[in-house]
Amino acid sequence: MADIQAAWRDPELARHLIDLIETTADRPMNLMEVCGTHTVAIARFGLREVMPANVRLLSGPGCPVCVTANRDIDLAIEISKVPGVVVTTFGDMMKVPGSYSSLAREKSEGRDIRVVYSPLDSIRMAQAEPDKQVVFLGVGFETTVPIIAATIQQAAGAGVENFSVLCVHKTVPKALEAIVNDPDVHIDGFILPGHVSTIIGPEPYRFIASEYGVPGVVTGFEPVDVLQGVWMLAKQLQEGRAEIEIAYKRGVNVDGNPTARAMIDEVFEPCDAEWRGIGVIPGSGLAMRPRYAGWDASLRFDVTPPEPRAIPGCQCGEVLRGAILPFECRLFGKGCTPENPIGPCMVSSEGSCAAYYRYTDFGR
Amino acid sequence: MCLAIPAKVVLINENRMAEVDIHGVTRTVSLSLTPDAELDSWVLVHAGFAIQVVDEEFANESWELIKQIEWIDDEPPAEASA
Repeated sequence: MADIQAAWRDPELARHLIDLIETTADRPMNLMEVCGTHTVAIARFGLREVMPANVRLLSGPGCPVCVTANRDIDLAIEISKVPGVVVTTFGDMMKVPGSYSSLAREKSEGRDIRVVYSPLDSIRMAQAEPDKQVVFLGVGFETTVPIIAATIQQAAGAGVENFSVLCVHKTVPKALEAIVNDPDVHIDGFILPGHVSTIIGPEPYRFIASEYGVPGVVTGFEPVDVLQGVWMLAKQLQEGRAEIEIAYKRGVNVDGNPTARAMIDEVFEPCDAEWRGIGVIPGSGLAMRPRYAGWDASLRFDVTPPEPRAIPGCQCGEVLRGAILPFECRLFGKGCTPENPIGPCMVSSEGSCAAYYRYTDFGR
Repeated sequence: MCLAIPAKVVLINENRMAEVDIHGVTRTVSLSLTPDAELDSWVLVHAGFAIQVVDEEFANESWELIKQIEWIDDEPPAEASA
């Protein structure tokens, strides 16, 4: 498998694909990558710099911790203040600022907040520490959602009563619709997320192509994958087609993963969700179904966070919907750097501001 | 955050928990979302779960395919059924 991955970094093939993109991209085009992992890959391998001048790569709302609303982070912080509570979450979530604080800052002030690799670790913690209430802050798109669903089902099956989940999960296709309907943003094609699609398959994006005429290509994460995705989008635009194609067949089936989707459907139902920078997108969130209400932290803890507020001067919202590029934010590289971040897009390792800052010369 | 890493299943325990090899590092993951995963299967691992079975041969073949097709033809090598 290591050899296969090396092949997807083959410089000769990459060069050939760049040539193909140059001859195929016969018009100006804005292509949006809708996955933080793509954002990092594009910046790290310098792919933005090798695009022809008429191909503009924009980052979208694909970093799950970046699009988490202040209100939701504030609620997690408030729950962490309840005596006997342990809040667990993924490492990326720790430093993301809410309205007034972050989980990392609360931890430094004595709250019991722990980073886990897998949500299953949280169940084991709850079983090992029966006098504690373990609350997992569930964040992420469809890649992560079936894992959280399986964890909740396991907790329910094993009767782990001192475990619950604060669910701020979001789903990708509705966010794409919000982007294509945004009058400030013009997108000609979507570089669709590889591992979200591993779960959902290409079908849920189909309406973006058929109803809005915007093509999409499900794309992998190696340099050759990304170049192939860009080339396939350029080719669709050249030929006047708008379809959803897969450039990442080794990771994505046409069916996605039906077992994982059934698990999502067992535990969750769609709800409205607030996205940083975009606002409330109807049906883009996931709430736990009534039969799992006993494991829903938002129902278990009666806490009232302070009224949320925007981070002063921060333009992450505009970055997340592709309205501006990271270096066009007035704070980029000045008040806001990875060492001293102000907004979530500079905090998260997958944030587009952090990726631009670490790997490119833009805005310097 | 949506990164998933290829790994090989080296041992399957009770309750579909398995040990997988990720570039020489052994990790315990759940196979509950991949009922088709068997001993020696290649899987994509994310946050302690296998989320898809990857066909190693298909991965190899698709690589060869893309290499051939893209050099000689301009058809997209991998298209979703519309």
